[in-house]
Amino acid sequence: MTARDVVLDRIRQANASTPVPDTARAYRQAGDDATSVEVLVDLFVDRLREYGAGVSLSSRLRAARAVTDALNRHVVASVVIPDGLPPDLCPLGRHWLADDPILNVSELDAIDAVVTSSAVSVAETGTIILDAGPGMGRRALTLLPDLHVVVVRESVLVRGVPEALRRLDPARPLTWISGPSATSDIELNRVEGVHGPRRLEVIIVGD
Amino acid sequence: MRPPVDLGLPTAPRGVGNLRGDRTFARAAAEAVSDRQLRSNLQGATSTIRGKRARAVAELDDWEGLRAAGAAIKDEALANLESYLVQLESQIIARGGAVHWARDADEANSIVTSLVQEAGASEVVKVKSMATQEIGLNEALEAAGIAAWETDLAELIVQLAHDKPSHILVPAIHLNRHEIREIFQREMGKAGLPAPPGVTDDPAALAEAARLHLREKFLRARVAISGANFAVAETGTVVVVESEGNGRMCLTLPQTLITVMGIEKVVPKWSDLEVFLQLLPRSSTGERMNPSTSMWSGVSAGDGPQQFHLVLLDNGRTATLADPGGRTALRCIRCSACLNECPVYERVGGHAYGSIYSGPIGAVLSPQLTGVEDNATLPFASTLCGACYDVCPVAIDIPTMLVHLRARVVESKSSHLPTTEASAMRGLSWVMSDSTRWRVLLRLSRTGRLLGRRGRIRMRLPFLARWTAARDLPVPPKQSFIDWWSAR
Repeated sequence: MTARDVVLDRIRQANASTPVPDTARAYRQAGDDATSVEVLVDLFVDRLREYGAGVSLSSRLRAARAVTDALNRHVVASVVIPDGLPPDLCPLGRHWLADDPILNVSELDAIDAVVTSSAVSVAETGTIILDAGPGMGRRALTLLPDLHVVVVRESVLVRGVPEALRRLDPARPLTWISGPSATSDIELNRVEGVHGPRRLEVIIVGD
Repeated sequence: MRPPVDLGLPTAPRGVGNLRGDRTFARAAAEAVSDRQLRSNLQGATSTIRGKRARAVAELDDWEGLRAAGAAIKDEALANLESYLVQLESQIIARGGAVHWARDADEANSIVTSLVQEAGASEVVKVKSMATQEIGLNEALEAAGIAAWETDLAELIVQLAHDKPSHILVPAIHLNRHEIREIFQREMGKAGLPAPPGVTDDPAALAEAARLHLREKFLRARVAISGANFAVAETGTVVVVESEGNGRMCLTLPQTLITVMGIEKVVPKWSDLEVFLQLLPRSSTGERMNPSTSMWSGVSAGDGPQQFHLVLLDNGRTATLADPGGRTALRCIRCSACLNECPVYERVGGHAYGSIYSGPIGAVLSPQLTGVEDNATLPFASTLCGACYDVCPVAIDIPTMLVHLRARVVESKSSHLPTTEASAMRGLSWVMSDSTRWRVLLRLSRTGRLLGRRGRIRMRLPFLARWTAARDLPVPPKQSFIDWWSAR
């Protein structure tokens, strides 16, 4: 018998006389709520500011300007942009790198900033979700540079976690970002910016 | 509740891992209670987190609905565990991953060691995982000449200090900043990039030293080992919830990823995560959402590790599953809310429990994983106040389970020579079974009035020394109720 056979057999024995319980769902479900976009944006902005992200709002027409301004607020010599980010969201007046040919770890480590879109964002928790798709790129791109500029279109903003899960594709690698990395491991003293980008700039763009 | 029919399902083996202490809880607790630094740190830590948790939970008006759903989903997952694990396995394989099964700690260690060797690596980076601590993986890897670098700040501190973690969520809470700076200065250079010569004991400076020290390791790592918070059977998705970003580093940069996960962590459906991703962050760190959560299913071409291995761990979980009065302990999502509420934990800390699973959940899970003979004093490490049950996001009724496990401990001992307690119970039972004997005993007990002052007996009684060391007894009345009644 393999270990697999043994473990499954043990489970069968342990469960031999267990009734299957009922799973009622008495919490707020996806779609129970019809909050307006304006309210969602306000809530989202509130959460982002609470955790110290840079926040700006822009129309789609002026989005490239907003991205450029976000980058210029920091010391940024090099920027990488993943494949598939719409051209009208790319920064103006500066050179940026593509991930083609694929950048190795040392090259990525030397890059100051990355600009991406977001697959889904959650207003209630201030969460930005990346799914490694077009405009977001492979996960390493948003991990090594120290500044991450994210363009969140209003149409990807949802109220809470249940709504977000409905929109996401579980087959894709997903990264949920809800604030700077942080630790309270030393005397419970909160320190922000441990691993991964230490600065986040979010630009909320009307569609 | 009667103890379960003993199916003889194996428990976690001795001689490996970190599920057993070397002293009774009472002895370990007595030492811990006199450590002022520890008590002060713990009290500060736990009271702060309690406040945050309470505020985060109060924000949601459907919290009780979420708790009930969390409990129900977990119970259903456990009731159909066989089919969900098989489904999880086939989903992961279909997406290019591999799944391995480990009956116990030794087997899991052996599987992981072989996988690392097959990848040709002599070092690995690790994301915090209680399951890997449970099985003693680092020790097993070291014995095979493989360096296992912990990358969670607290685990890094504990590892550099050659110490043991003392809390599920903040493992280095027993150390202060001066001690941590000293540890960094002394040990970091031996493990890699040394701490900057003039590093202060300011937590931000220490965290920065750790960031640089670990970045070097992340960038060159070829193999990473992680645990998992959840694994979704329907889609083969594994979920890691974290705060520091070291998870993202380990789960993204190396070529090979090995995840060790207890079999009870499987959840049936993708949509079930909507419950747990609300319950966990609010219960553990008191946040609406933790800074970063990573989810992946198998392997993604051109993105992240190209080799993924999931190691499913039993190690006493099926034995726990077999006890109807104890199996709900397997609902646990490792939030540590119960530790932060527990008045006993607050005063003694995690080391006193001997097992890597400490506090209220540890008191019910550790004895079940190892068999009650090996953690016999843990079910008694409680005042049964029930605060843990109130805050548990999956509504584990820990007080009832503690009483149930106490009965199992007593039953396991009755096969040996009778203890003092057992003899006393038998004696009392003999006296109480006859009304004449009982009335004689009551009259004799009136002499106890000589021992009391102002209605209380405060002294230690010779035959009940440990019981009466911390308890007062009321003075027996002048006349027993039976005598008073028969005189009317």
